[in-house]
Amino acid sequence: MSQINAAHRQEIEARHAHLLKDKPLQRFMPLIVLIATLLYGLYAIWFFDIPRIVSEAQWVRMGLYLRQWVSYDVQPEFRLGKDGITIRYPRFSPLGDDPHPDWVINRPDGSKFIPFGSGGVTVATTGTTIVARGETVHIDVTSGKPVIQGKAPSWMTVYDEDVLADLGFAGDVSLSADRVKVRKRFFGWPNFLFDTGSPFFGKSYGETARLILSGERLDPSQSNLSLAFDNIWNNATWQHGDVWIKLAQTVVMAFLGTLLGALLAFPLAFVAARNTSPNRFFGSCIKRFFDFLRSMDLLIWSLFLTRAFGPGPLAGSGAIFLTETGTLGKVYAEGLENIDRKPGEGVQSTGASTLLTHRYATMPQVAPVMAGQTLYQWESNIREAATIGAVGAGGIGLKLWEAMRTNSNWANVAYMVLLTLLVTFLFDVASSRLRQKLMGTDHRA
Amino acid sequence: MVSSAVSHASPVVHAVHTQWSRMIATRRLYTGLGLLLLAYAFVASVQFADESNAGHFFDRLPHLFDFTSWLMPREWSDVWRALFDLPSLHDTGTEEYNFDVGRVYVWGSVYIPEYFELMFVTLNVALVATLISFFVAVPLSLLAAQNLSPSRPLCFMARRVLEFLRAFPTIVIAGLFAAVLSIGPVAAIIAVSLHAIGAIGKQFYEVAENIDMKAHEGVGAVGANWFERMRFAVLPQVLPNYLSYGLLRFEINVRSSTILGAVGAGGIGEELKLSISRGFGAKTLAMMLLLFLTVVAVDQFSAWLRRRLIGDEIIHQHV
Repeated sequence: MSQINAAHRQEIEARHAHLLKDKPLQRFMPLIVLIATLLYGLYAIWFFDIPRIVSEAQWVRMGLYLRQWVSYDVQPEFRLGKDGITIRYPRFSPLGDDPHPDWVINRPDGSKFIPFGSGGVTVATTGTTIVARGETVHIDVTSGKPVIQGKAPSWMTVYDEDVLADLGFAGDVSLSADRVKVRKRFFGWPNFLFDTGSPFFGKSYGETARLILSGERLDPSQSNLSLAFDNIWNNATWQHGDVWIKLAQTVVMAFLGTLLGALLAFPLAFVAARNTSPNRFFGSCIKRFFDFLRSMDLLIWSLFLTRAFGPGPLAGSGAIFLTETGTLGKVYAEGLENIDRKPGEGVQSTGASTLLTHRYATMPQVAPVMAGQTLYQWESNIREAATIGAVGAGGIGLKLWEAMRTNSNWANVAYMVLLTLLVTFLFDVASSRLRQKLMGTDHRA
Repeated sequence: MVSSAVSHASPVVHAVHTQWSRMIATRRLYTGLGLLLLAYAFVASVQFADESNAGHFFDRLPHLFDFTSWLMPREWSDVWRALFDLPSLHDTGTEEYNFDVGRVYVWGSVYIPEYFELMFVTLNVALVATLISFFVAVPLSLLAAQNLSPSRPLCFMARRVLEFLRAFPTIVIAGLFAAVLSIGPVAAIIAVSLHAIGAIGKQFYEVAENIDMKAHEGVGAVGANWFERMRFAVLPQVLPNYLSYGLLRFEINVRSSTILGAVGAGGIGEELKLSISRGFGAKTLAMMLLLFLTVVAVDQFSAWLRRRLIGDEIIHQHV
């Protein structure tokens, strides 16, 4: 290899000066963009009042809600009377109407013991002893007010009339003079198959299976199998039937909208594309029409159609159809404008009509791309459909939104999210497989 | 025509021809079956959607254009007045015509009309979300690209993270953060950015997997570590495409932040939803006009910038 000496190098530099020296603007462009981005970031922090929002944020809630995604609690209330302790459970407790959970242990002296990890809570008419986090605290109620014996640990909050002991994920205990409320948290989704009203409630899997296969009819009008299915489908807590129907609505909305959009966009794209358009002016009008449909946005269409058809999947399908006509029309037209003209010329030279030219020269080139794009849109519309549901356009969105707004049903939210993720993944895999088959390889789409 | 020519030809050609016709027949059969299946799915879907809808299609069809009765303002000048917060001629104190109430005074009597301010909030939500997602998605995409990732498990993890973010329902993230941060645009920013990270992250790693690896090898041969290889060999190649996808994402984010606005995250979406559900013609038209013009302007601007960045190369607008 020959070495380049200094003189030679300078000569080369002089010859290609314009390549080696950037224009000042070009040279500093990345820096300018970076500084502008930083400045904008600062502005946005001020604009959205981020410091205040972060300082007022209640991150505790995040922990509370997230733990509710995967767990449930049971809240027995111990009423301290003169003649002993009575236990009440709130209505709609996941344990059913008359629960006798084995974790409430009756002591011979009349007190009750609820184990929490290695420690536990002992409730007696005179006071409550909590053993948790390596400490033992006794709270006396004989004076008509809860009084902590000794120093209150940091996980205990003392109010005027009551004391709250936070035991972390496991639950909490709230004490007043005449009652002790215990919240005990369990991992899992309670009553996922059968709700507390079902005759199958509280039975083990083996027993349920035996009942279904060979047991006496629990309901004389139908077999145990159909009764079990009916009970699961109409489970009051989890509403499996409703959730699955809403999920199906979401998929159907995306399917109908995309299919109809594709059917309408297909012929229109031939009119719109520059190289296949019968009339330039008309073509550009159609293109603006596509832009209009896209820009008016899914939201506006769904709001209008919800007014017209009433809330439900028809409104959602219609909204996706209108938006999708615009999007697919644009994409199809772009695909048509990028075809190779030679096959078309070849077919035309044999005397074929325009229709036949498109059939034998244009379609083979664009069909795989179009089909791939359409599949992709369908898949992404499933996600969109889940969102517009919340404004009343049908599907799982509204159900999700309602469950979140009540702030108590986060386990249901988790269930619906899980199902939505599952459906999205399935369609993701299916559509990318199909697309790979259609296009040979699948890099960009 | 073809068959008569074939019948006179040699037996080999004849065999090829029968084989070919058989293949065509099978293919047609499959296409036909596929179309039949599609048609069946279509009809079933229509019935399903129609049954579970509050109003039925053919009952409601005559009412499709009912909206014109409330949407058409009494006077067309009301649209302009609503847009610029000028007092309406019909203003009797009702909410339908109290255009000048929402003015946002900036200095003395100089004000920004309410809808412009709301649109500005929505645009900012989209822009901030796009920037956040861009800066997070770039490193993630380099980890997720099979040809660039420093280790296989890392690549696998990065891909799963992106998939998860992409598929997680936006509305749940928005709802969760609305509960934590109080309802408002910040929850929308978080929701939109998390989804956008997943969406552009995927597009980014697909770009990164298609680069010319020679520069990467060259820089690696002189002893560059992973960061240096990314900085000097990969980023210069992918950045134009990344920016282009980022711009497309901005267009999409403007729409999604409008939609999230309608479910309570503030901005123009919320106001628009209220206005449509109450049937305020002039206000609705004003906001639709503003939204339409903004979306068109954003589209045009981003198309122009993309052309400058990567020329006429077509990038498919996705997810």
